Amino acid sequence: MFENIKIWWHQGKQYIPDVTNAKLPGIFRGRPVITRSVVDEAALVELCPTGAITGNPVCIDLGKCTFCGECAFRFPEKISFTSDYKLSANVREHLVVKEGNDKGIAVEPAKVRKEVRSLFGRSLKLRQVSAGGDNSCELELNACNNVQFDMSRFGIDFVASPRHADGVVITGPITANMAGPLEICYNAVPDPKIIILVGTDAISGGIFAGSPALDREFLTKYPVDLYVPGNPAHPLTFINGVLDMLKKNNLTNRKYD
Amino acid sequence: MKYISISNNQAISLDSIPELPYGEFLESNVGMLTGSPERHCVNYFGFWTEAYSSGEPVEDLYDENKNRKEYGENVKLICCIADDKTHQIYVSSATVDPEVVYESFTARNHNFEKYEREMHEIFRIQYNNHPWLKPVRYSHDRADKAETIENYPFFGADSHELHEVGVGPIHAGIIEPGHFRFICNGEQIMHLEIQLGYQHRGIEQLFLQKKKLAELTTLAENIAGDTTVGHTVAFVNLWESLCGYKPGRSLHFSRTLALELERIAIHTGDMSAVCADIGYQLGNSVYGRLRTPIVNFLQEWGGNRLAKGLIRAGRTNFPFSGKLGARLASILDEFELDFNEMTSKFFKLPSALSRLEKTGVVTYGQVLEIGTVGMAARMSGLNRDIRSSHPFNLFGEEFTHEPVIKHHGDVYARVRLRRDEIHQSIGYIRKMIADIPEFTEAAGVKLNPQRNMFILSLVEGWRGEICHCAITDNEGRLGLYKIKDPSFHNWMALAQAVRNNGISDFPICNKSFNLSYCGHDL
Repeated sequence: MFENIKIWWHQGKQYIPDVTNAKLPGIFRGRPVITRSVVDEAALVELCPTGAITGNPVCIDLGKCTFCGECAFRFPEKISFTSDYKLSANVREHLVVKEGNDKGIAVEPAKVRKEVRSLFGRSLKLRQVSAGGDNSCELELNACNNVQFDMSRFGIDFVASPRHADGVVITGPITANMAGPLEICYNAVPDPKIIILVGTDAISGGIFAGSPALDREFLTKYPVDLYVPGNPAHPLTFINGVLDMLKKNNLTNRKYD
Repeated sequence: MKYISISNNQAISLDSIPELPYGEFLESNVGMLTGSPERHCVNYFGFWTEAYSSGEPVEDLYDENKNRKEYGENVKLICCIADDKTHQIYVSSATVDPEVVYESFTARNHNFEKYEREMHEIFRIQYNNHPWLKPVRYSHDRADKAETIENYPFFGADSHELHEVGVGPIHAGIIEPGHFRFICNGEQIMHLEIQLGYQHRGIEQLFLQKKKLAELTTLAENIAGDTTVGHTVAFVNLWESLCGYKPGRSLHFSRTLALELERIAIHTGDMSAVCADIGYQLGNSVYGRLRTPIVNFLQEWGGNRLAKGLIRAGRTNFPFSGKLGARLASILDEFELDFNEMTSKFFKLPSALSRLEKTGVVTYGQVLEIGTVGMAARMSGLNRDIRSSHPFNLFGEEFTHEPVIKHHGDVYARVRLRRDEIHQSIGYIRKMIADIPEFTEAAGVKLNPQRNMFILSLVEGWRGEICHCAITDNEGRLGLYKIKDPSFHNWMALAQAVRNNGISDFPICNKSFNLSYCGHDL
């Protein structure tokens, strides 16, 4: 008993009180900023392993970017990665960062379906489906519920059954072998329901795009409500994205201690 | 000569691998393992001989529907047996015709069970005495497209007393997909069959299609995200040797350091997960939060919590500085304090120990027969650790690694193994950061693979032995890339571990192994 109390005491307070303004330690490659300086665009485009960079004007598609940072090392005067972890959007095109544009990425309220905020604003239960995910986004989604990020305090939880869920969170590029089970799972979620894509692999296929072992037809059939980029997506990127979609960001400044 | 003897990361000319008639090939390789627990098969694979020797660009291997074109009739097999005592790997080959029926290696030694299933799946090589010729992962280039993952031929129980339980591919938690089929007598598991393949992304084939080094490195990083460092180190070590490049100490240093940090982080997370599965909330929270400072340090160093982007062939974007060393030292001091306090409580808690001890036992005889590697071997007294047997990077040079060995093969042994390996890795890291090398690597090194080569790279990731093999064609392009995650062997150990246990103990058995689905399915 006393030993337990000692351990509790020594752990102190672990949770991040304000998840929308928390600073990340060290370097973190979040939202990139592209200057207007002139560089060898062809070399820059060629450099990217996943074809996320396009030229004239230079743009980085965060839905394809693996955040390896290679472009920023080779062309530091052109591209730099900020530690801004708020990268989620509900419109696919908003993930494309253009040169000379240093605006943050956010959910566009007008494009959020009405029932999402009215029904899920206070409680959102999600079913996670890994469809070829490499277990990195899965680790980070698990971390969302550890004692530090503690996502449950916002009423957002992962549940064991699609029948209990309000939507599915998909990681991975969607393999042909997993396409069937994914659809069965989605169909088992009661209406209305949402789809969240987490990680570069899920959003665009990432480095696996074009592999004959994938079957991404699911995404052409059903609407996606939120894109959460990253390789893997940081827990704060996911939490802030969902809060932004649910318009709950104002709650997070509440003092808990 | 029945084989050529090479060391870890040694590139040899493909033609120097002796080719034997199949019968002799079988006798030689199976014979080497008989009565020699220090030897095991690290890789055994095949490729179409015509596709390789035709010199056609590899993307032409696929037709307009992205299906693999049939090439010729013969398949060349390459078998690699590692000897832990001599620190050598014995490589031999044979050519087979899929029209002919062969005797299987597996009938003589179960180490080869999965390799032969894979070759049957892809090349339709026929065996007359393989006990278990089922598909491995329903890979997209399999020979028989009519076989689909929905109609996997499970073993069934035709009995009024027994019942079957199917779990997956979508599980209750946030984990990867796989299907588990239990045959139970009441609550007791009689048999478990594990069916995988849901995660198959075609990585080995993508290695041949992608041409840029940046693409290949990114692929290696995404083989298994929880072993990012392990697989990427295996790839860059292989690639540098293939190009005849010798990295300096600073690159070896950062790879070894990252590998041990990954081991600490994942082992700690696994201890948290084991606590969760026995309903021990305090252990779950404390170990779970202790993983964070380690992965956050990887982010401080390389900008990514799972070390993606950190390891690159011939260079690094993130030289390890003295400042980072001092920071890591203080993080480890704090980590150890909390870790030791929690561990001393956890390991004397009777209610926890009663769930761990004698649960999910795999004996020495069983792991030897399966041919498990890494933790799943060391838990039962089988000494398999690449860091000591086929050393790479700083191991063998600056550290003489003494593997941690446990003998009981139960969940408790696997948890104690993790605890001890965490302490051991912390010791290594402390020693390393006392002598941080100046970053001296030359910039702009050109890495061009040599032609017609064969190379094999072994790394001890936190799960165990990772093996990457590559063959280059006559223009220096990759003609074959084979990846083997330790899980490839170790899933069978989990299937054996749960026999005669209550089905409610499956989660804790599964977590105590923590095997990779994507690393297996590729």
